[in-house]
Amino acid sequence: MESSLHALGYENVYRVRVGKYLELFLEAENKEEATHQVEEMSRRLLSNPVIEDFSYSLQEAQL
Amino acid sequence: MKFGVIVFPGSNCDLDAFHLIRDILQQPVDYISHQTADLADCDAVILPGGFSYGDYLRSGAIARFSKIMPKVAEFAARGGLVLGICNGFQVLTEAGLLPGALYRNDNLQFRCQQVSVRVENSDTPFTNAASRGAVLKIPIAHGDGNYFAPPELLQQMEKNRQILFRYTDEKGKTRIDANPNGSLDQIAGVCNETGNVAGMMPHPERAGELILGSADGLFIFKSILNHFLSKEAVKHG
Amino acid sequence: MAEQSWRQLGLTDQEYAMIIEQIGREPNLVELNMYSVMWSEHCSYKHSQSALKQFPTSGRRVIQGPGENAGVVDIGDGWAAVFKIESHNHPSAVEPYQGAATGVGGILRDIFTMGAQPVAFLNSLRFGNLEDARGRYLFDGVVAGIGGYGNCVGIPTVGGEIYFEDCYQGNPLVNAMCVGIMPLERLVLGKAVGVGNLIVLVGARTGRDGIHGVTFASEELSQASEERRPAVQVGDPFLGKLLLEATLEVIEKKLVVGVQDLGGAGLTCALTETAARAGSGITVELDRVPLREAGMHPFEILTSESQERMLLIVEPDQYKAVEAVFRRWELSPAVLGKVTADGQVIARFKGEEVVRVPAASVSGGAPVYNPEAQEPEYFKRLASLDPLDLPAVKDFNKALISILSSPDIASKEWVWRRYDFMVRTCTVQGPGGDAAVIRHRESGKGLAMAVDGNGRYVYLNPYLGGMLAVAEATRNVSCVGAEPIGITDCLNFGNPEKPEIYWQFKQAVAGMAEACRVLEVPVVGGNVSFYNEVEGEAIYPTPVVGAVGLLDHYEMQAKSAFVQEGDIIYLLGAKEVSLGGSQFLKKIHGQLYGKMAGLNLNLEKQLQDLLRYLISEKLLQSAHDLADGGLALALAESCLAGGSGAIIKYNCTSRPELELFGEGPSRVLVSVSPELGERVKSIATESGIPVEEIGIVQGDLLQITSGSDSLIEMKIALMERAYREVFTWIME
Repeated sequence: MESSLHALGYENVYRVRVGKYLELFLEAENKEEATHQVEEMSRRLLSNPVIEDFSYSLQEAQL
Repeated sequence: MKFGVIVFPGSNCDLDAFHLIRDILQQPVDYISHQTADLADCDAVILPGGFSYGDYLRSGAIARFSKIMPKVAEFAARGGLVLGICNGFQVLTEAGLLPGALYRNDNLQFRCQQVSVRVENSDTPFTNAASRGAVLKIPIAHGDGNYFAPPELLQQMEKNRQILFRYTDEKGKTRIDANPNGSLDQIAGVCNETGNVAGMMPHPERAGELILGSADGLFIFKSILNHFLSKEAVKHG
Repeated sequence: MAEQSWRQLGLTDQEYAMIIEQIGREPNLVELNMYSVMWSEHCSYKHSQSALKQFPTSGRRVIQGPGENAGVVDIGDGWAAVFKIESHNHPSAVEPYQGAATGVGGILRDIFTMGAQPVAFLNSLRFGNLEDARGRYLFDGVVAGIGGYGNCVGIPTVGGEIYFEDCYQGNPLVNAMCVGIMPLERLVLGKAVGVGNLIVLVGARTGRDGIHGVTFASEELSQASEERRPAVQVGDPFLGKLLLEATLEVIEKKLVVGVQDLGGAGLTCALTETAARAGSGITVELDRVPLREAGMHPFEILTSESQERMLLIVEPDQYKAVEAVFRRWELSPAVLGKVTADGQVIARFKGEEVVRVPAASVSGGAPVYNPEAQEPEYFKRLASLDPLDLPAVKDFNKALISILSSPDIASKEWVWRRYDFMVRTCTVQGPGGDAAVIRHRESGKGLAMAVDGNGRYVYLNPYLGGMLAVAEATRNVSCVGAEPIGITDCLNFGNPEKPEIYWQFKQAVAGMAEACRVLEVPVVGGNVSFYNEVEGEAIYPTPVVGAVGLLDHYEMQAKSAFVQEGDIIYLLGAKEVSLGGSQFLKKIHGQLYGKMAGLNLNLEKQLQDLLRYLISEKLLQSAHDLADGGLALALAESCLAGGSGAIIKYNCTSRPELELFGEGPSRVLVSVSPELGERVKSIATESGIPVEEIGIVQGDLLQITSGSDSLIEMKIALMERAYREVFTWIME
């Protein structure tokens, strides 16, 4: 990735880290329930605790 | 001895395991769909290589939630033999049936090549046909085979003799350049504490005939068969 | 309609007039878009059709020649081989990973569309200089993309070729080939037959990706091409794999009457081609196309090149069964409409008719051009220069190492270890040999396959170069012991509207056709890629030949490695060699000129027949074609493949660099057990093939002497490093 960026002329790039960014839309009664669910699904499926960490932020969206 | 080869959407080495078991090992074998919840009368279960669900989230992460997996876990808990090869290994670690996890290869490239692995523990249902320290020539073909386990876990695995194979050179020496993917401690295959669930990145089902480059993979399948036959012998003693 | 509409869409004023004539009115915008994509060079072959007629396309084994999704050749016992090669050059130039990946996905669909189980991929690649960062970026991205798709779908990538020349700097070539096997009776064609039958679309949702991909493929590249990145499709190999399994299942169960994949020109192409082939019509409701994004215009729906989609023609009472199979593979088919009898393709959208065009006009009504051809100025000039006028080379060891370590020649293991070449456990000869061999479990037969093309040769002499490409590809297949049964070709050229380019094209095709006739190998399919130019500079004319051969039993194959100390080494075949257009001239002198050695097609045929006979009688320990780098390189490669040395006593009658590195067709290096030596010699002599004993397999050195002169003396281990590590040095 880094060498590809260099190839395109961005030679000042000296460190690249690739992560995953996921957007989820869900319906929940309240923020607590949503937080609980997101926490749980992050642990069970979306990340592997042996090799990955996760963080998340919640936003209220219009239906 | 009846084998079952589980087929997830995106499995692609199911066919190879099937052929080796049927044509070379000459044992009965069936495909088992991920959608069923029945392992029927299988005596051993193979989770084959491939790209289950495209490996899109993480290798093996989605397959572990398929309908058949609780049955595989039950089967394993009852002492049934389960072998995960490549993507199957990844599924078993994701499912928590095997310790550790598999990262991207340290070179960030998919690697398909013959490698040498040393048998670290020949006292398991998967390795008993080989002697300890034997060097087997078996190919790898993966992008996520970089084995990792946290230090305490690794120590515990060592103590329990859960490391089955290590990448070495042809003579059985561990060398940095003989490690194709950056695996911790050159680990190529491991088993669970009770020794009846194993996972390995190399593909023994691709090393069943000399015309394919090696027949050393048969050691693993013959070990499984030996184990089964000796258990049967005891049963019918 | 405003003039700019059709011009912007790549149609000429005359072509627009033809459309009006064919449909009797002005087309609306949706229809015009359909014509634009279908009358593009990529889909209509308007500049190549007349020349391609020269190819022999029939033969005793040919079941299906060009014109379908892939060619089909009978391999006996009720089985058929299905294969095709196709280019994905322009997409790969701007988006190397996705361009290459979707090239692989597209050719894969062409094979299983016919009902065949894909068994192998091959590819032919050209890049610019790797000293340039962008060259490395394109090379790495393309290799990653080919692996990314092929590895995931579980079909092995077993062979290919890669060359590097400045002329491909901005316009790399990515030609992907796929080979499949099927029971003959399973063959399905892309025909919309049976009035009232359902038109079913299945696979990915349709999005805005790849709109006008084919028109992009039919124009020259420029600085602005990077803005064409949205015209590059995105591949989903997992979906491709599900589609493969499900489609083969509905074909095997005989639930469909026609199948067509959606590739270039998307739904427009699939609808009009299937109707035109069957002489039928089709009516569809575009509202029923599952969309990925909202607000898509009918022309976008019709020209989108979203990947991983298939069109099926299904009898109404079979539909439930078809749907059940696809649902089991987690795919949702959609019924778009019906087959009709009126020859019209009609599309409705939100209750309104938005398209009504004759299928045969959109697909097949494009003009056929016979552009002007003119011999380029360089042709005679370069042919008149003689490489032997260059200063003589003294150090042949240095020359050998220099050629061995050049990216054109060096081991491509750095590339092919990133491809799964073993999956399906049928690869009995993988990458690195003269041809790959795939076994067929059910029949015990073996399919050999190779791709070859040499742009430098074709540039210097298109007619001879065209012949040489066919001779080389078939010779490679014969070198493993297989009988060439058909070829597929990918013709990569510059802008055909330039007379010099069209001359190259016509000459090359004529040469290829002549070689096919004499060698008795039919062309059963292929693809033309024109407009391979950047800022007006064309690539070398690069026809690529994919050859497929048949072994009665896969265990009868030969390999190129020297295997046994003491084996005798013979050189079989033609004597004539030249440094014209050679790797030696390129690497040592940085030049491209001269005359190539001539090709005697009858001798070539006899040589290939002889080779196959010797291999089938188990008289050979190894066989290796002499190609790039001539005798010295062939010897080095056979030594490296077997890890053994060779002692060669060769009587140089002319300049040693010509004898060692000169290139010429119809030459093969074989090694033979000492006790069989005389027999091989006499069989060769009886067959009229010159045979010369040149040395033995021995030691750990490659040693070549002429009289008392030592020309080359080098440790195999030293050659090994030069040969195997160069890509790691360059790329990592």
